[in-house]
Order: sequence, then structure tokens, then C-alpha cells
Amino acid sequence: MKLLSLFLSFARVGVLTFGGGYAMIPILEREIVDRQGWASSEELMDYYAVGQCTPGVIAVNTATFIGYKVAGNLGGVAATLGVVFPSLVIITLIAGILTNFADIPAVKSAFSAIRVCVCVLIFNAVLKLWKSAVKDRPALVIFILVLGLSMFFNISPVVFVLFCGAAGIALTRLGLRGK
Amino acid sequence: MILLRLFWEFFKTGLFAVGGGMATLPFLRDIGIRTGWFTQQKLADMIAVSESTPGPIGVNMATYVGFETAGVPGAVVATLGLICPSIIIILLIARVLKQFRSNQTVDAVFYGLRPCSIALIAAAGLMVAKLTFLNSDSAGAGIAGLLNWKAVLLGAVLLVLTRRIKPLKKLHPVVFIAASAVVGIVFAF
Repeated sequence: MKLLSLFLSFARVGVLTFGGGYAMIPILEREIVDRQGWASSEELMDYYAVGQCTPGVIAVNTATFIGYKVAGNLGGVAATLGVVFPSLVIITLIAGILTNFADIPAVKSAFSAIRVCVCVLIFNAVLKLWKSAVKDRPALVIFILVLGLSMFFNISPVVFVLFCGAAGIALTRLGLRGK
Repeated sequence: MILLRLFWEFFKTGLFAVGGGMATLPFLRDIGIRTGWFTQQKLADMIAVSESTPGPIGVNMATYVGFETAGVPGAVVATLGLICPSIIIILLIARVLKQFRSNQTVDAVFYGLRPCSIALIAAAGLMVAKLTFLNSDSAGAGIAGLLNWKAVLLGAVLLVLTRRIKPLKKLHPVVFIAASAVVGIVFAF
């Protein structure tokens, strides 16, 4: 029963989350803290903070945390499946429809302009993350190196992630952080 | 076979994309280039749809790419691939949450990962920008013909609206996406 209510609750969170990220916090507060009492606001912020700095989508990570707290491993799985379920249904429907309309000139024009908007949105996302990610010179060097190399060479992002994780340890050990 | 590959590609994405939904973008770009499953232009359109529909962006993009590649089974498999590493990692961390948050090695790793993650997002964004703001068939047209002026103008307006105008800054991205769609149709982009 608990697994079902976890699934349904997180499906509700998935439907109401528009865009993910910070937009999700008030919705999680209402559903998880106020309505179900599964976690306190502080716990929620903890989960969110850890979910942000571990691999994967933040919404998924937070769902797994809360599900685990409420009903163990299976709870984690149920909550996570719940949060992705609406996406599966909605995106599949929209993608199916759009494929049929993709050749209409008006749709093409609309998407050409929307692409401009997407560029601006990505630019804004980078600026927002910049403040917490690039605080000193070594971090700036990492940023410039990764940006340059990934633009001009076809290197898998996995390689960059592995190298930069190791660089983070090395820079910390060498006492170069904050310089 | 393609389902297995989809699962594997998205498993890797879920395992290595750090910093939320947008961080999956460089991985999707990489998948598109290597496999030819979708073009970079198509990827930009998928971002737009993922931002304007309910659900976390990262999950929406995985579902969309999966659907484009192998229909409904593809959508399901790509999404499951993306969330599998999360489930495993978080279930492990949940047992030692306090130690994890105060661990110095973890902190050091993420000190290196954060600038890397946004650099990858920026590089993927610049690829989309190249497709959007430069004309592809501009041979012999000079510098003025190289730029897609309508797109540059709209981009400048959107930049000012989303960054400089206070009451608009808080609006949801879907508002700007919808407005752009209207502009695109009216001015025949």
C-alpha cells in the first residue's frame, strides 16, 4: 500500500514539476512535507542538496531518497518510477503528434524561433550555475580547458567528468583551492 | 539490439551527468554525433519540448530521444537507463548520508566536477547557437549573410527580457518558448 501511495504521490510531483530544478521545491514541500508527512523541510533540503551534487536528474535523486526513507529499497524504486511516469506518457504523446506535424511550414517556423529561445535559456542556466561552480582560478582553468577541448575535439563527456573529478582531488591535496 | 544500446547510452548519461537535467545535454549531443540517431537540430527541438511540458527536463529529454530512436519501447528503455544509476547510487548514499555530506574526498571531487559540468553545458549550448544564429547556406554572401539576423534580433530581445526586466525574470521558461513560437510563425522564421 505504501509503495502505491509513494508511486502516486511522486507521479503527482512529476506532473506538477515544470522544468525541474528549483521549481520543484515548493511542490515537493506541499506533497511530501505537508500532505504526507514523509519528511521534514530540513530533510527535504538535505536530500535536494545531495541530489544536486550526485550524478543524475535532481528530481529523480530526491524521489529515490524519500522513497527509501519511507519504505526502504523498494520504496526508492516506487517513488522514482512514479516521478518519471508522467514524462513517459506526456512526452510519448507529444513526440508522436509532432512527428506528424513536423513538415508543416508554420511548425517549422515556430521551432526555428523556439531554438533561439532555447539558446537563451541554456545561456541563463550556465550563468546561474556559474556562481556556485567557478569560485577561484583553478576552477576557471578547468572551465576554460573543458569548454575549449569539448568544442574542438570529439571527446566523450565521460572522459572530462572522470578527469575533472581526479583534478578536484589533486587540486585540493595540493592546496590550490581558493587561489 | 538498439534497445540494449539505448539503455547503455542512457545508463552512462545517468551515471556521469552531474548537476541536474541540463547536464544531460552534452551527453545527448555526444550520443547524437556518435550514433546518428538524431541531428543536433532535432536535439534543440527536443530541449524546447522538454522545457515546455510537465516533468523534469532530464527525464523528458531521455524519453523523447528514446521515442525518436525506437518508438514507445525506446522511450521506456531510455528513461529506465537514465534513472538506474540514480537509484543505485542514492540507495547506497542514503545509508550513509551524514558521512557523505561531510566527506572531504567527495567535496574535492565535486569541486573539480562543477566547473567541468557547466563547461560541457556551455559547449553544447554553443553548438545549438551555431545552428541557430548562422546561416548554413551562406557561401559567398559575406559576413552580413552569414548571420541569421531575425534570430539574432529575437535572441537579443529575449536576453534583455529574461535577464534585465525584473517582473519577467521570474516567469516560467514555457512563457518565453510560447512567445517565441508565435514570433516565429508571424515573422516566418
